[in-house]
Amino acid sequence: MNLASSPATSLSAPPAEPQAAQGTKTAPAMPSARAEWLKRRGFGDWFYALALIAAAGIAFLRYGEAMDAYETAILAIHVPILAALGWAWRPFRLFAAAAAVLSLLGIWLYQGDLARAEQIFFLKYLLSSQTAIAWMSAFFFIATGAYWLGLAARSNFAERTGSVLTWAAAVMGTTGLFVRWYESWLLGPDIGHIPISNLYEVFVLFSLFTALLYLFYEGRYGTRKLGALALLMISVSVAFLLWYAFTRGAHQIQPLVPALQSYWMKIHVPANFIGYGGFALAAMAGIAWLPGPQRLSAGRLPSQEVLEDVMYKAIAIGFAFFTIATILGALWAAEAWGSYWSWDAKETFALILWLNYAAWLHMRLTRDARGAVLAWWAICGLLVTTFAFLGVNLFLSGLHSYGSL
Amino acid sequence: MQRATARASSLEASIELLSSMRFAISLLTVLAIASVIGAVVQQNEPANAYLNQFGQFWEPVFASIGLYAVYSAKWFLAILAFLVLSTVLCIVRQSVPMLREMRGFREHAREASLRLFARHASLAPTLPHEARRGAVTAYLTGAGFRFRVDEREDGVLIAARQGAAGRIGYFLAHAAIVLICAGGLLDGNLPLALQIRLGGKSPTSGDQPLARIPASARLDPDNWSYHGNVYIPEGGSTDFAVLNVDDGVLLQSLPFKIALKRFRIDYYASGMPRRYASDLVITDSDSGQSFERTIEVNKPLEYRGVTLFQSSFDDGGSILRFALRDLAPGARPPHPLDGEVGTRLPLAKFGYGYTLEISGFRPINVENIAPPSDNERFGSFFGSGAQTQNGENLRNLGPVYSFKLRDEAGQAREFNNYMLPLEIEGRKYLVSGVRASQAEAFHYLRIPLDSDGKADTWFAIRQLFFDPERRAALAERLTARMLDTSDESTMRERLKETAENTLALFARGGLAAISDFIDSTESAAEHPASEEDRQRAGAAFIQILQGLIWDAWMSAREASGHDALEIGDEHAQFIRDTLIALVDSIQYGAPLYLQLTDYKHRQATVLQAARAPGKSLVYTGSLLLALGVFAMLYIRERRLFVLLKADEALVAMSSNRKTIDTDETFARHCTGIGAILGAACTNNLQESP
Ligand code: HEM
Repeated sequence: MNLASSPATSLSAPPAEPQAAQGTKTAPAMPSARAEWLKRRGFGDWFYALALIAAAGIAFLRYGEAMDAYETAILAIHVPILAALGWAWRPFRLFAAAAAVLSLLGIWLYQGDLARAEQIFFLKYLLSSQTAIAWMSAFFFIATGAYWLGLAARSNFAERTGSVLTWAAAVMGTTGLFVRWYESWLLGPDIGHIPISNLYEVFVLFSLFTALLYLFYEGRYGTRKLGALALLMISVSVAFLLWYAFTRGAHQIQPLVPALQSYWMKIHVPANFIGYGGFALAAMAGIAWLPGPQRLSAGRLPSQEVLEDVMYKAIAIGFAFFTIATILGALWAAEAWGSYWSWDAKETFALILWLNYAAWLHMRLTRDARGAVLAWWAICGLLVTTFAFLGVNLFLSGLHSYGSL
Repeated sequence: MQRATARASSLEASIELLSSMRFAISLLTVLAIASVIGAVVQQNEPANAYLNQFGQFWEPVFASIGLYAVYSAKWFLAILAFLVLSTVLCIVRQSVPMLREMRGFREHAREASLRLFARHASLAPTLPHEARRGAVTAYLTGAGFRFRVDEREDGVLIAARQGAAGRIGYFLAHAAIVLICAGGLLDGNLPLALQIRLGGKSPTSGDQPLARIPASARLDPDNWSYHGNVYIPEGGSTDFAVLNVDDGVLLQSLPFKIALKRFRIDYYASGMPRRYASDLVITDSDSGQSFERTIEVNKPLEYRGVTLFQSSFDDGGSILRFALRDLAPGARPPHPLDGEVGTRLPLAKFGYGYTLEISGFRPINVENIAPPSDNERFGSFFGSGAQTQNGENLRNLGPVYSFKLRDEAGQAREFNNYMLPLEIEGRKYLVSGVRASQAEAFHYLRIPLDSDGKADTWFAIRQLFFDPERRAALAERLTARMLDTSDESTMRERLKETAENTLALFARGGLAAISDFIDSTESAAEHPASEEDRQRAGAAFIQILQGLIWDAWMSAREASGHDALEIGDEHAQFIRDTLIALVDSIQYGAPLYLQLTDYKHRQATVLQAARAPGKSLVYTGSLLLALGVFAMLYIRERRLFVLLKADEALVAMSSNRKTIDTDETFARHCTGIGAILGAACTNNLQESP
C-alpha cells in the first residue's frame, strides 16, 4: 500500500448491493448536526437519562457514606456511559430497565436472608442468581434453535423470536450476575465481591457481552441472518458453563484470594470480555463469509460486504477494549505481583492475541488484503482467543490465580 | 558516483521494506508465534527439570537457542528491536504525507476526479444561484465540517473535511509502541545481564553464609533496575534483596533497612486465606529516620524509588517442643526435645545415630475432606449461588510439622506429622506420614488413641510386644487366659510355644513373615494344603496376635498401676487398630517417634523489592496507545466536496476507511445538502467505477 496516496484514490468502494444498502438509512436533512442530534432525542431518551440520574442519585443518597472516592466516581461515570449507550442504541434502554427492575426485585425479595432463596417462589424459580442464569442458558439455547429455524425455513417470525429470546437471555444473565453479587455479600461482608472473579462467572459475562454485541450489530445492519452462527457460539460457551458448574460445582460463590482483591479487577475483566466477545463475533462473521456457507445458505446469510463490515467493526471494538484490558492488567500486575509484565502465560497469550488482531487490522488496511484471508484469519483468531481465554488455564501454569479447572 | 547512488537506492529500498505495512504485519505475526514458545515451555526452571522433560539430546539444543528464557533471548529481543525500528521508520515516513492529509483540504481536486469518486451524486439545485454557496457552507459548519472554498472559472468547489484527529491517533498509537518497548527494555533483565558481562559481577551459590558472599556478587543500592526477593523473619531485619540469576544469586543492597514486626494471615470462615499482611519498619540508611508501614497483597509500598510487594511467606524459625518417644524395645519414658525450624540437631546424646533436620511447620492447615458428590452439586445448582456447603468440605487439621531423620550413611527419611489427633471414621488417631524419597507418596502410620485420648497405651503395648524378654511372659499370660489348668499340659505347652513363635515371627517381619511361615509349614506337610486351610491358619494367627495385644495391654496397665479391664467387644476395634498400627510401625523405618507437644510460632515474610525506571515510560506509552487506538478506530476521517456549477451541484465524499457506514453518511449529507439546495439527491453509489 502506498501510504502516501490519497484515501480518495486508494479507496476501492464496495460495489454496494441492496444488502449493503440495508444498513443505510437516510435521515431527514437537518441544518445543524447538533440540532439534528438533539432533535433525534425522543421523549424516551430524556426519560431514560433522567431515570439514570435519579437511580444514581438515590444510590448515592442511600449508600453515599459507605462509598469511597473510587466508588462514587464509578457510580457517577455510569450515568453518561449508560445514557450514551441507550441513546445510540435504543433497545438498550429497555434492556437496562428490565435488568435493573428484575435485579432490584430479586435483591429486595431476599430481605437480607439467603435462606429465602429456597422459600420465596419468585426467588426459587426466577430471580435467585443460579435460577436466573439457568433461565439465561435456556433462552440462549431456544434462541439458537429459533435462529436456525429462521435460516432453514426463511421465516422472519422465527428470527424475530430468536432475537427476542436473546434479549430475554441477556436480561436474565445480567440479573443473575447482579443478584449473585448481592448473594455474595449475604454470605459475609468479607466475602462479598463482584461476580467476575472466577471462570464460571466470566463465562456468564462472556455469553452476555457476545449476545449484546451481536444484538447491537443485528440492529445496526438490520439483518438477523447472522444470529444462527452468533448464537451457536454463545450456546457452546453456555454448554461449557453448565458442564463446568455440574461437574466441578464451580457455580458456588467462593471468597476472593488476596491477589484478586483489587479495584483493577472490576474494569480489567469486563474490558477483556468485551474484547473476547468482539473477536468471537468476528470469527462467526468470518465463517458466514466463506464461499461454502454462502453457497449452501443460498443467499440466506448476510452478504459478504456486510460480513466484512461486521468483522471489521467487531474486531475493532474487540481490539480497542482488549488494548485497554491488557493495559489495566499490566497496572494491576504492577500492584499485585510487583511487576507490570512478568511474561506469565496468561499475559503472554494476551499479547499474542493482541498482536494477532493488530496484524489483522493492518492486513485490512493494505489494499491487497483479500476478503478470504481476512475471514480465515478472523476464524483462526477465535482459536487463539479460546486458548488465551481457556486453554491457558487448562494447559499452562501461571500466576493468574483464578479459573484453573 | 554510480555506486553511491546504487547504495543510496538500496538503502531506500530497505527502508521502504522495513517501513512497509506488509513488513509490519509479518513482524507482528512472527512476534506472536515467538511468544507462544515462551508461554508453552516453562521458563527459567532448574536445568535438570528440562533434562527430564526433553532428554539428553534435546535439552542442550533447546538451551543453546534460549528456549528456557525466551523473553530475554537475543533473537527475541532482535525481533522486538525490528518491530520498534519498523514502527519508527513507519512513523517517520508517514508523518509528512499524513500531516499534509490532516491539514490539506484538496480544494484543487478536479471535477473529473470527483466524478470518479466511489460516492458522488449530481444534484439539480432549485435554490437561486447566489444563495447556494452560503447555504452549503452553513450546512457544512452545522454538520461539524471544516472547509475551504476554491473559486474556479466554471464554479466554486467547497472542499470540507472532518475527523482529521484520526490521523493523530495513528501517531499516538505507533509512538506508544516505541515508548512501551523502550520502557520494557529498561526494566527487563538486560541491564542485569550487562552488569554481569561488563560490570564484572557474577552470581554465587545461594546456600552460604552472608559474610562469605563476595563483593562480585553484591550490587550497590544505586543500581537502577532490579527485581529481587527479601526474606525477613518476624523480629528480624534486612537491607538487601536476593536476585536469582541462572541457578545462582546476586545480593542487591537496598537504600533502607526493612524490619518485620509481624506477619499476619487472616482467614475466611471457610479457612481460606483472606489477607497476607506484613507490619514493617523501614529505616532509611542515609537519613537514619524510620517509619512504620503495613503492606499487603495489592497494597505495595514505594520508597526511594524501590517498590516493596507482599509476595509470599515462610517459616521464620518457629521453636518446636517434642516428646521424643522411643520405639525400640525396653520401656523408656519420652524425652523432651526442643528444636528450631530450619536447623539440624544430632540425636547422638539420646543414643540415636541420626541427625534431625526440622524442615517445616504450619500451625494452621486447612484441608479439603470429602468433596461433595455430583448429585449433591446438581441439587445445589439452582437457587442462590451461595450454598453454605461451598463446593468442598474444608477443615482445619491443626499444626503440621515436617522433618527428616538422616542416618550416618547420609540416608534420610522424610516425615510429615500432625500434632493433633485426626478423626477417621469416628475414631481418633495420631497420624504420621513417612517416605524414603521425594518421589514416593507418604505412607501413614495411624496410632489409635486409648479411652482417655492418649497414644501412651499403644506405645506401651508396642514396647512389650517387640521386647524379646517379654515374649515368654506374654505367651504364658495368653495361655493362662485361653486354657484353664484342667487342660492337659501338652496342649498348653503347644499354645504357649506357638504364641512365643508368633511374637518372634511378627517382630521379625510382621504379617508377611507369618504368612511365609504358614506357607513353609504347609508345604512341609505330606498332603498339600488347600486354600481354606491356609485361610484358617492365618485367621488363627491373627487371633493369637490380638490375644497377645490384649495381654500386653493389660500387663502395661498393671505396670502403670491401673487395674485390668473386662475383656469385651468394646475393645475389639482398638485392638484391631493397634495391630494395624503395629504392622505399619515395622515399616516406619525410624527407632523413634517425634510427637509435637508445644510450639512457639515464628513467621517470615517474603517481599519482592523492585526498581523499574521504565515504568513511567511504559505507562505514558500505554495511555497514548489507548487514546491512539480509539482515535484511529473511531474518529472517521470524512472529506465532502461540493462543486457548485451554474446548473449542477456535484456532491462527492471520501473516507480513509472502507466501511458501509461511509455510504450511510454520504447518503445523509447528500440528502441534507439536496434539501437545502432544493434538489433531490439521487444517490449515485451504484454507478461507481
Ligand atoms: C504492535 C505494533 C502495532 C500496533 C498495535 C498497531 C496498531 C494499529 C491500529 C490499531 C491501526 C488502526 C487500524 C484501523 O484503523 O483499521 C493501525 C493503523 C496503521 N498502522 Fe499500525 N500498529 C502497529 C505497528 C505498525 C507498524 C510497524 C507500522 C509500519 C508499517 C504500522 C503502520 C500503520 C499504518 C500506516 C496504519 C494506517 C493509519 C491510517 O491510515 O490512519 N503499524 N495500526
